[in-house]
Amino acid sequence: MLELQNVWKSYRVGALGSKKLTAVRDVSFSVSRGEVLSVVGESGSGKSTIGKMVLQLIPPTRGAVRLDGREVTARRHSDRKAYYRRVQGVFQDPFSSYNPIFKADRVFDAVRESFFPGLKRAEWQDKVDRSLTSVGLEPGAVLRKYPHQLSGGQLQRMLIARALLLDIELLVADEIISMLDASTRIDVLNLLGALKERGLGVLFVTHDLSLANYISERVIIMRHGAVVEMGATGKVFGDPRHPYSRNLLASVPQLHRKWSDAATEFEDLEPDGDREADPAPLARVGADHWVAAAA
Amino acid sequence: MALEVEDLRVHYRTLRGDVRALDGVSFGLADGEIMGLAGESGCGKTTLGKSLIRLDGRMRHVGGRAVLDGGELPIADDKAMNRRRYRDVSIIPQYSMSAMNPTRKIGKLTADLLRAKGESFRELRPELVRRLELVGLSEQVLDNYPIELSGGMKQRMVMVLSTLLDPSLLIADEVTSALDVSNQKAVAETLVRFRELGFVKSMVVVTHDLSLVYQIADSIMIMYAGRIVEKGPADTIINAPRHPYTRALIEALPEVGLEYGDRRLKSIPGKPPQLLNPPTGCRFRDRCELAHDRCIEDPPAVDLAPDHTASCWKVVD
Repeated sequence: MLELQNVWKSYRVGALGSKKLTAVRDVSFSVSRGEVLSVVGESGSGKSTIGKMVLQLIPPTRGAVRLDGREVTARRHSDRKAYYRRVQGVFQDPFSSYNPIFKADRVFDAVRESFFPGLKRAEWQDKVDRSLTSVGLEPGAVLRKYPHQLSGGQLQRMLIARALLLDIELLVADEIISMLDASTRIDVLNLLGALKERGLGVLFVTHDLSLANYISERVIIMRHGAVVEMGATGKVFGDPRHPYSRNLLASVPQLHRKWSDAATEFEDLEPDGDREADPAPLARVGADHWVAAAA
Repeated sequence: MALEVEDLRVHYRTLRGDVRALDGVSFGLADGEIMGLAGESGCGKTTLGKSLIRLDGRMRHVGGRAVLDGGELPIADDKAMNRRRYRDVSIIPQYSMSAMNPTRKIGKLTADLLRAKGESFRELRPELVRRLELVGLSEQVLDNYPIELSGGMKQRMVMVLSTLLDPSLLIADEVTSALDVSNQKAVAETLVRFRELGFVKSMVVVTHDLSLVYQIADSIMIMYAGRIVEKGPADTIINAPRHPYTRALIEALPEVGLEYGDRRLKSIPGKPPQLLNPPTGCRFRDRCELAHDRCIEDPPAVDLAPDHTASCWKVVD
């Protein structure tokens, strides 16, 4: 459904844009309906930039982003609006996604104004209630409340409910779990699972490998803007081929295994080099498993 | 015993009344012990950490005491506490990334800090440089502004600064939360190394990340709604927890190797009670699957083993 082909993104940074930072280098992948694809990597790996490009918040420098085969980069406002009917995003900090002065359900009104101006009040209310119920929220418990009266998990699920008001096909979820407490984060995560079972495609951007492992069918590991390993979750996490993936997996704190128990030595990695150069090409090492050549 | 806390009560003053953020907390910390302090947002873990070093303007010490190395910490007396701060008790704050003055070079701000405590920067400089090298920073950073360092470097810088006078107790408040996996591991392992090298005697590591604290802590204490629910050796808390809340919390953690399709994780329904007028009895009972009539009375802290305590009626029998 969604397809990225050889996408590059460079930012101008520094005084008057004197320096150039290449955040995403030659990334290609696709997300299909009913699938959660996780993009993992550390800070600065370019994973959030990918999410932003898919949401058209920033244009790619080179390469193409396609939805069902059509280039998405919208020229006109109406094109963009049509795109947002199909693709929506939810971000990391639920508390800054809401305006604290207004009640939290104002986010729904904004959708009504832009996308459903003709709908009758009762019909609209019914639609909102159904959407809230579908994300596991009791409409009476969350409507007409201020953001500070709701928990992070509730706010985050309201944002997903807002996205579901439009008949979206793809949800970009950028670190939506990171700010939540252990006891509520799993609700949001399981909700993503329910959405994919309903046929939605989810692009899940995260730095937490255990979350990616739990929820996604396929996973992409990024470093320095380029893909180092991608493929089926079980293969990438079960049999990591790239030294960076192995280091990353060894660093994840786990409940029943201590770092000190594992004898694995950290492998040396090539430093961040010339980001303008083409990244190491991906080689297929198994069914649905690709790895970048390590230097 | 390095630290002994007895029935500590700290409230936040608000217009609507006192919020009982710490409502009778007692525990001990042995010499050289690293204790992980975990719980949900608003359970009082940060308040507990702060109480041991500095109460801010909204916080009020209502009762209980803390004894460090045989001497009582004057928690409520800001002036008297100032003499103990940094020297005996030190903290790595939650937002240590922004804990350094952005307008001063790091060397300058370190000198300021030491002068305020009556120490000489010149005398301590060789030791400072030695410790910086230990965490992989060069002497050069002293001539840098904080903005010139990366997040992980700033975190390490603050860690070295906080422990420069070899405090007895170090409070590390969510020090790894803003970092990514590889930096998290480096920072956590540095904490352990600081203890091994004698830079700090014992440590309270405040975090919401149980799997991370399990890696480095000797013991783990779980808090819920202003009270301690369970404390014990790290292995016991993770592998054989007794309190229903601890169990539910651990059940809700995803791990590498676990997939949605194989086993569905469960969250804990509901949310913690308001601490403005907390309910009587067990505070977890509204969310607890095992709750019964008895739970409207305050549960006793039951010693299950010499160093393992849980506050629940269900563990009594």
